[in-house]
Amino acid sequence: MSRTEPSSRPARAPFAVSFSRLKRAVRLGLKSLWLHRLRSLLTVLGIVFGVCSVIAMLAIGEGASFEAQEEIKSLGSHNILLRSVKPPEEQKVSDRGSQSSVLQYGITYTDAQRIQATIPGVKVVLPARIIREYVWNIDRRVDCDVVSTVPWYPEMRNHRVARGRFFTETDMYAEAGVCVLGAEMVPALFPLENPLGKHVRVGMDYYRVIGVMEPRGAEIKANGETADAKQAAHRMFIPLETGKARFGEVLIRQRSGSFEVEHVQLHDLTVQVASLEQVTGVAEAIKELMERTHKKKDYDIVVPLELLKRAERTKQIFNIVLGSIAAISLLVGGIGIMNIMLASVTERTREIGIRRALGARRRDIVMQFLIETVMLSGAGGIIGVMLGLIIPFIVTQAAGMKTIVTLWSPLLAFTISALVGVVFGIYPALRAARMDPVEALRHE
Amino acid sequence: MGAVSVQALRGVSFSIAPGEYISIMGPSGCGKSTLLNLLGCLDRPTSGRYLLGDDDVSQMDDDSLSAVRGRRLGFIFQSYNLIQQLTVVENIEVPLFYQDRPEDECREIACVLAERVGLGDRLNHKPFELSGGQQQRVAIARALVNDPLVILADEPTGNLDSSSGKEILKIFDELNEQGKTLILVTHDPNVAERARRAIRLRDGEIETDVTH
Repeated sequence: MSRTEPSSRPARAPFAVSFSRLKRAVRLGLKSLWLHRLRSLLTVLGIVFGVCSVIAMLAIGEGASFEAQEEIKSLGSHNILLRSVKPPEEQKVSDRGSQSSVLQYGITYTDAQRIQATIPGVKVVLPARIIREYVWNIDRRVDCDVVSTVPWYPEMRNHRVARGRFFTETDMYAEAGVCVLGAEMVPALFPLENPLGKHVRVGMDYYRVIGVMEPRGAEIKANGETADAKQAAHRMFIPLETGKARFGEVLIRQRSGSFEVEHVQLHDLTVQVASLEQVTGVAEAIKELMERTHKKKDYDIVVPLELLKRAERTKQIFNIVLGSIAAISLLVGGIGIMNIMLASVTERTREIGIRRALGARRRDIVMQFLIETVMLSGAGGIIGVMLGLIIPFIVTQAAGMKTIVTLWSPLLAFTISALVGVVFGIYPALRAARMDPVEALRHE
Repeated sequence: MGAVSVQALRGVSFSIAPGEYISIMGPSGCGKSTLLNLLGCLDRPTSGRYLLGDDDVSQMDDDSLSAVRGRRLGFIFQSYNLIQQLTVVENIEVPLFYQDRPEDECREIACVLAERVGLGDRLNHKPFELSGGQQQRVAIARALVNDPLVILADEPTGNLDSSSGKEILKIFDELNEQGKTLILVTHDPNVAERARRAIRLRDGEIETDVTH
């Protein structure tokens, strides 16, 4: 095959196409797609839905996992959380019982000391007692968890003080009547005034407000579910020793027709581990220690780091599933486009013949059809991206779910859809270009 | 400038001088179409040579053939072969599309030619809005748009009524007077009469080659 180029034509790279030809081919493609508007639209639907569903699902998934991870992170990845739970058997008894019963269960001060003293790697322990009470300011009242805890609570739980200060060790050992309010309580109790320095009443005791915490979202319950937001939101913090002195260890809770007495020392124990690598080991050690000292399973251990890892794994699986769905739908969309382009090539055989007779090279024909396909799938990609951006917005508005559209997901979806155009456009375009001009002109 | 010589179709050999007006006649199956396809660079001879000007077309690759068709040849077909979704002026522009000329220049040339074939007021009509004669005139304008050396016409009046046919043939006469080389394939002896030279084919061979 040694054919010489005629001297009148400048030598070109094999697939070089001039810019003006490209521009005109684009215009021609737009025209021919516009001529068959309905057909173009239907052809592109596969791509549209593929792209749109990928972006929307990614946004919803991303939002959900972001929320979960934030919640877990708010517990602190260095932390191990222990909570007292009513043992199941006791629960049954108390549910059935119309008479009073005294329950003794939960984490004890001894547990806290033992964990701190015997397990290496434990940096700090953070005991807390949580008592559900009404908090009063004159005639305003809030149903609230009164948390008796230690001064290093804010630091360990990543929960900062917004105004004023947290109580100190001096406050604690002095059993001072001071408290720090959760941010959400302030508008309910002190709608118009600055709460700092004011007093609130719990039961028969008064507490001076010395600080207000930063607002924070819902927290994770011991079993990993999200506690209902209202309960978690209203929290008031008092020094541990103050709480011990004023509430005692025995809680009497009145119910309709009966009352129950619970004897719980600590409701909540947070163990901070010195380094991330030790978290799993320390968690194991604590589990063993607790199993040895507690006959009943009256506690629960949550390791946020493990939850976080699990959440990340779940997200990975979710992404793989999404990726497969996306791949399948784009494949289906691409096949749809190829099908229509093949039909279009056959339909326009004569046009191809005419263009070839009038000087079009093979690569001009390839370009004409390829550009059409790419524009088709690209337009599908754009419509899909737009729908995919609108749907998460609607979901957020209508269902109140958090959605996050990452920058890369529309970009990726669009790029892939354009690539689908190239991949599935090449065969029809080559087929068009391979036609013999004489045959093509004869085609009816 | 082009002297055209062909060796094709079982030892057929002839040459065409620039500015000639030739008709090719013959019964169906005599090789008229093959000859026209070869002359039009749509096909390559399996053996033999076709010199268009100084270039050996029979040795060219596909891209070069496209270039030759685009720059030196004009085609007129029996069934007009206009692109249905394009307007008159866009159809006329098509060959220039592949010559990388500036767009406004293309539009200008196309408008001038449309004017010349008497369709200056139909520029934005689609082919199906035109009569057969008008469509064939669009095709002629398209064939002229790249200022070709040779115009090849395959039964140009075959689908037309006699008055439209006469108009077309009048345009051909004018073109020939302006120096264009015309090669006309036809069944119609009346059409063939207008040409100055008539080649008659039979069974792939030249039966007669008469210059009037």
